[in-house]
Amino acid sequence: MEKELRLMKGNEAVAEAAIRAGTDGYFGYPITPQSEILEYLMEANPGETTGMVVLQAESEIAAINMVYGGAACGKKVMTSSSSPGISLKQEGISYIAGAELPCLIVNVVRAGPGLGAIQPAQSDYFQSVKGGGHGDYHLIVLAPSSVQEMADFVELGFELAFKYRNPVMMLSDGAIGQMMEKVYLSPQKERSSDSPLWATTGKPASRPRNFITSLDLDPYGQEVFNNKLQAKYAEIREKEVRYEEFLCEDAEYLLVAYGTSARVSQKAVQILRGEGIKVGLLRPITLFPFPTKRIYELAGKVKGMLSVEMSAGQMVEDVLLAVNGKVPVKHFGRLGGIVTTPEEVVENLKSKIIGG
Amino acid sequence: MTEEIIIAGFGGQGVLSMGKIMAYSGVMQDMEVSWMPSYGPEMRGGTANVIVILSSERISSPIIRHFDTAIILNQQSLDKFESSVKAGGVLIYDGNGITRHPERKDITIYRVDATEEAARMNSPKTFNMIVLGGFIKVKPVIKIENIIKGLKKSLPERYHNLIPMNEKALIRGEEIITEVQKA
Repeated sequence: MEKELRLMKGNEAVAEAAIRAGTDGYFGYPITPQSEILEYLMEANPGETTGMVVLQAESEIAAINMVYGGAACGKKVMTSSSSPGISLKQEGISYIAGAELPCLIVNVVRAGPGLGAIQPAQSDYFQSVKGGGHGDYHLIVLAPSSVQEMADFVELGFELAFKYRNPVMMLSDGAIGQMMEKVYLSPQKERSSDSPLWATTGKPASRPRNFITSLDLDPYGQEVFNNKLQAKYAEIREKEVRYEEFLCEDAEYLLVAYGTSARVSQKAVQILRGEGIKVGLLRPITLFPFPTKRIYELAGKVKGMLSVEMSAGQMVEDVLLAVNGKVPVKHFGRLGGIVTTPEEVVENLKSKIIGG
Repeated sequence: MTEEIIIAGFGGQGVLSMGKIMAYSGVMQDMEVSWMPSYGPEMRGGTANVIVILSSERISSPIIRHFDTAIILNQQSLDKFESSVKAGGVLIYDGNGITRHPERKDITIYRVDATEEAARMNSPKTFNMIVLGGFIKVKPVIKIENIIKGLKKSLPERYHNLIPMNEKALIRGEEIITEVQKA
């Protein structure tokens, strides 16, 4: 069936894509700049069409634990919030990772720390990619840079979550959440009625009991489980790296940026190319797993890299690890909810890398 | 073709919806579009603004600081964005409430007194459509029939009876916009 063209905000695209992906349940709590997700779902009222549950929980913590429960039953469930709300969810996220359950968590990032500001930021990279909650775990982290990708990554997110029995984070930001662009929406999928074999939906006589837990009182048993998780993350690192390259073939300098910063950096590449400076852009689409190998390869071809992120310098640490000292790597980004401009990226590449 | 526009004014003037109508019209013409609103504290009483980009190519940054056209609907916005128009670009403003008029010499300046005209037409709500009509007169990047098509698509059917009034306002805007200064 043909895709439907709509003009939508990123937040609305997530909500509509969730209905169309055949999601079983959404549990959320309002916070700027992502409240349109819950509002759109409430208005669309998919309970009457697909049977999808849409519920405004009493808090972010309740919402993530409803996700935990729904996921334990093998259902396609999700939640969304923005930075301070995502911090509240971290205990639940760690438990879900520890219980090896699939779910989708959308973070439309705003400036922090604390309540911060309601404008766009990318300062939750460490939280999303390096843990966030306690224990040795990883989320699969998808970074959309357009309204189209906010829609597409709902389906991709669920696919990866169920493939690896692992929570998936869609790490967006206030700019992509609030902006409108054209989006091609997939046709409505039916909600699946069959549960995965591991789901706790009542024990029939035909199989042993299913357990969903994140607790093992025997440390040797817990270590076996930790090693199993690590093996899974290794497989994800091997198979699920996604990135996009823009004019990298002949590039002498490289920008590395995701989300809104990648859009801004693309314009910076165009400006610099217009001046005859050969610059390319590598846009990580998965932040975990990170495109380490590709960045290492490119480090053999370029003279230096600038990591652009609306943070004080978080992703740059992963770029530095990937480059492993081969070429200079610097960071640039505005803070506090200020979106970096293409001109600022141009200036900083020139002063920190080309002239540096 | 790429047209980078900022529309800025008071909350409640229909700044965001004018941008939305532009974006819809662009979609009707098979263009790439982006609509990036200010959603910060400024929209909670005070100024509101939106950046609209219409292009025949994939749009890179939806957030920019320099514009081909600035549509300015109050004094604060004029003070804030007059300097953001690219040299040789266009500034369109409504003279209502303006005490310090635009001063740049390197841009083309148009005036569309839409507040006054909307009051005269007895339909203050069509204010933003008069401004939009002025815009398409000087920058014919979108066609009036596509604006109407966009309205039909984006408005719920119960409001379709308002479309003829909006069309009239668009045409009136085309008629009353006047050039104040050539770059």
